[in-house]
Formats: sequence, structure tokens, C-alpha cells
Amino acid sequence: MNKFTVSPSPHIKSDNTTKKIMWAVVLSLMPSGVAGIYIFGLSSLNVIVLSILSCFFTEAVFLKLRNKDAKTVLDGSAILTGLLLAYNLPPGVPFWIPVVGGAVSIVLGKQLFGGLGQNIFNPALVGRAFLQISWPVYLTAWKNPKWWPDAVSTATPLAKEGSSHFSYMDLFLGNRSGCIGEVCVAALLIGVLFLLVTKIISLEIPLSFIGTVGIISWIFGKQGFFKGDFLFSVLAGGLILGAFFMATDYVTSPLTKKGKIIFGIGCGIITAIIRLRGSYPEGVCYSILFMNAAVPIIDRFTKVRKYGLVKK
Amino acid sequence: MKKLFKEFFKGIGSENPTFRLILGLCPTLAVSTSVINGIGMGAAATFVLIGSNMIISLVRRFIPDEIRIPCFIVIIATFVTIVELTMKAYAPELSKALGIFVPLIVVNCIVLGRAEAFACKQGVLASIMDALGMGLGFTLALVLISVVRELLGSGTLAGFLIIKNFEPVLYIALAPGALLVIGLLIGGINYISRKGRAA
Repeated sequence: MNKFTVSPSPHIKSDNTTKKIMWAVVLSLMPSGVAGIYIFGLSSLNVIVLSILSCFFTEAVFLKLRNKDAKTVLDGSAILTGLLLAYNLPPGVPFWIPVVGGAVSIVLGKQLFGGLGQNIFNPALVGRAFLQISWPVYLTAWKNPKWWPDAVSTATPLAKEGSSHFSYMDLFLGNRSGCIGEVCVAALLIGVLFLLVTKIISLEIPLSFIGTVGIISWIFGKQGFFKGDFLFSVLAGGLILGAFFMATDYVTSPLTKKGKIIFGIGCGIITAIIRLRGSYPEGVCYSILFMNAAVPIIDRFTKVRKYGLVKK
Repeated sequence: MKKLFKEFFKGIGSENPTFRLILGLCPTLAVSTSVINGIGMGAAATFVLIGSNMIISLVRRFIPDEIRIPCFIVIIATFVTIVELTMKAYAPELSKALGIFVPLIVVNCIVLGRAEAFACKQGVLASIMDALGMGLGFTLALVLISVVRELLGSGTLAGFLIIKNFEPVLYIALAPGALLVIGLLIGGINYISRKGRAA
């Protein structure tokens, strides 16, 4: 193992390990999963379990094939990928969708690049994008909350014209159709609070991401110039889940504060453009993937000045 | 004789245009959605390669060095026109499926590359063998890619249904799938050949 840290001093030693952080994020995602299962019924649980199992076993097999220590599968990163992938799927998908998606996430998104820490793109989003392009019909068949009278699948609030169907309270508590993990904003925020208190994530990326989407939706919204709905654009869709839990992934986001803000704003602009002008109703997934590709160049231009070094 | 066979086999193996030289990827990405298209494209390119390599090798002493590329293009274009018109007359379906990519063989990197790197320096027989090998290597690569893409992307093989109750992976049938399949195949071939060399 490389015991030397390459970064300008001063250094602080911390007892945080990859394993601890991964399991903490998994824990912080629990409330949203419980909410998803409560809202859409047990089919959500199926999707979550299958997705996690698929990621776990694919990771184990690939670690073995690459002659790595197969015990690293327990570091929680594969389980986190599986969990995030399931949260990005609609609750009623056929059983093989999360299985294929999990395998694609781990193989194409992570292991082929060299495993944890080497992946350019967020693995869960790679899986999700693959599924979205391959089987668009299943990935857009939304289920209504189980207490609604009609069980017929509908569009997400984002795809509907205007926002009159939903009150902010509905959107905040998850009384709407959507992906398993994105519907209940309240539950997501409980997890966010935990991550902020334990200092696992910082606010730069989520705030700049969400703020940019909100402001652009307000300026160029469907209701007219400077009349768009700020809160609706933040609460509907997967923005909260994407901004707090997926754009902040350590491996695929910039290192510096300035870089993080640039990253967040970039994600926000692309999300807003896809939502307002693109053919997909939601753009969070693609925007994060796009900006993942830009991370190396952002890092290069936002290098930290070494302590004590005078600029020439 | 031995040298001629060497020229032939290098196009299939060690200097395979698609997997080793990574040339002519444009038509490879575009037409490898079905095996029939792959074979059609490969046959068309092979015919053009043989024709152009032969003629260029024959007239290589008369072509002024300064304008050799335009001369090559004129010769290649002649053969491409023959292929295009023949295909339109006898295989209109295939011609429709391949579309613009048949006329585009004129500027195919493989054809021009072989003319520039081989045919204008070597004898007629060697040039023909080189063209045969390269053409066959290109066709084999196209078939390999299109078998994977057609099987996964639409569940068929050469138009016949192979897997029943299969939900086609649309991703593989679309353009990004072509890049993915080619990348994985190149990676796999590199892995196998490196392992063979180490052993």
C-alpha cells in the first residue's frame, strides 16, 4: 500500500476509511428506501434487493477474475452502487432490469476502469443510463402511490404540463409517481442531514447544482420568462437524490472547493437544458455523467496553491 | 511464395485493419447492426481493395509522386462505382441498408492506406495478396462485431430469430453500442494475444 499522501501540507490524520464512509452513505439512504417501499408497495423492495445482490455478486466475481482480494467486496461500495441504482429505477420494472443494470454498473462502470477509485463515471448512473437507452418502455412506466384510486401507470410530475396537479407538500412527502428513491424528499433530507453532520459530504456541489437548476427553471420556465416554478423544479424529479448522493461521489467529483462549485453549476445547467428543451423529462442522470467526464480538466484548472508558495 | 502468404495472413491477424490498425471505423460503426450488412460491406470493400491495389501496383511507375493521392482516389472511385451500380442492380435491399457507406468506400482509410503504404511500392502479386488479406480481415472483423450486435441488439442472426422471448438490448443496436462492442472486442483480443505472448 502507498503510505505517502501527495498533497500540500498541512495534513490532518483522520480515521475515516473507505469502508466506514460507504456504509455511512448506505445508512443515510435507508429512510428514503423505507419511504419508497411504503409509497409503492413491496415491488420496490424486490427491485432494491435484486439490484444490490446483482452488484454484490458481479463485484465479487470480477475481483476474483482480476486476482484481487475478494474480501474487498465487503467495503460497501458495490452495495452502495446497487442501492443507488435501485433508487433510480421505477418501482414496477421486471425483475431482470435491476439484475442486468447492476451487472452493467459494476462491469462497465467500475471494474473495467480498474475498480474502486479508478472509475471515471458514477457506476450506478452508468447502469441507469444503459437501462434507460436499452429498455425505454420499462424505464418510463411509473407506478402511482398505492393509495391512489387508479393503479394505472402515469408520467412523472416533470413530464406533465404545468405543475397544477401537485402541491409542494405532495412533492415534499412523496405523494407522487417517480423512481423508488427520489419520491420522498423529506426522507432524503434526513439522510442528507446525517451526512452533513458526520462531514461525509460538503455543500458546494449540491447547493450549486440545485440552485442552478432552480434559477434556470425560474427564468426560462414553461409558464413564461421569469415566471417558472423554482420550488417545483427542485422537488419534482430526482434532483435532490442526484445532487446530494450521486454528484458528491468522491471518486467522480472534483477535489477542490472551487472545482466542486464549477462541477455543480455545470450539472445544473445541463439538467435544466435537458428538462426544458430535451426529449427526456429528467436530465439529472445524464448531466452528472457529462460532468463526470469533465472532472479531470476541472481538477487541472483549480489546483490548490501550495502553502507558503509565492505566485510569480 | 512464402512471402505472399505472409502478406495474406498479416491482414487477418497481426495487422487486422479493424482490431489492430483501428482503420476504417466509420463504416464499421455504422453498418455492423446486422450480419448481412456486415458481410455486404466487407465484400464490397474487399473487391475495391483488390481492384485498386492491383491497378495502383501496375501503374505505380507512371504516377508522379506529387499527385499520387488524387490518382489513387480516381482509381479507387472507379471500383467503388462498379460496386455501387452492381449492388443497386442486383441487391437493391442491401444497397438501401448500406446507404451512403458504399460510395464512402472511396475515402475509406483501409483502401487508401493500403494504396499508399503497400501497393505503390510492391509488385502486383504481393499487392493482390495484401488486398485479399486486408479485405478478409476487415470482413471477419465486421462479421464478428455484427454477430454480437445483431444477437444482443435484436435477438436475430442474419435475419432469423434466434432467441425467443428476448427483450432486445436497444443500446447495443444504437451507435454507442457499436463503440462499446468494438472497444470490448479490441480489449479482449489484446488480452488474449498478450497472454499468448507471455506464455
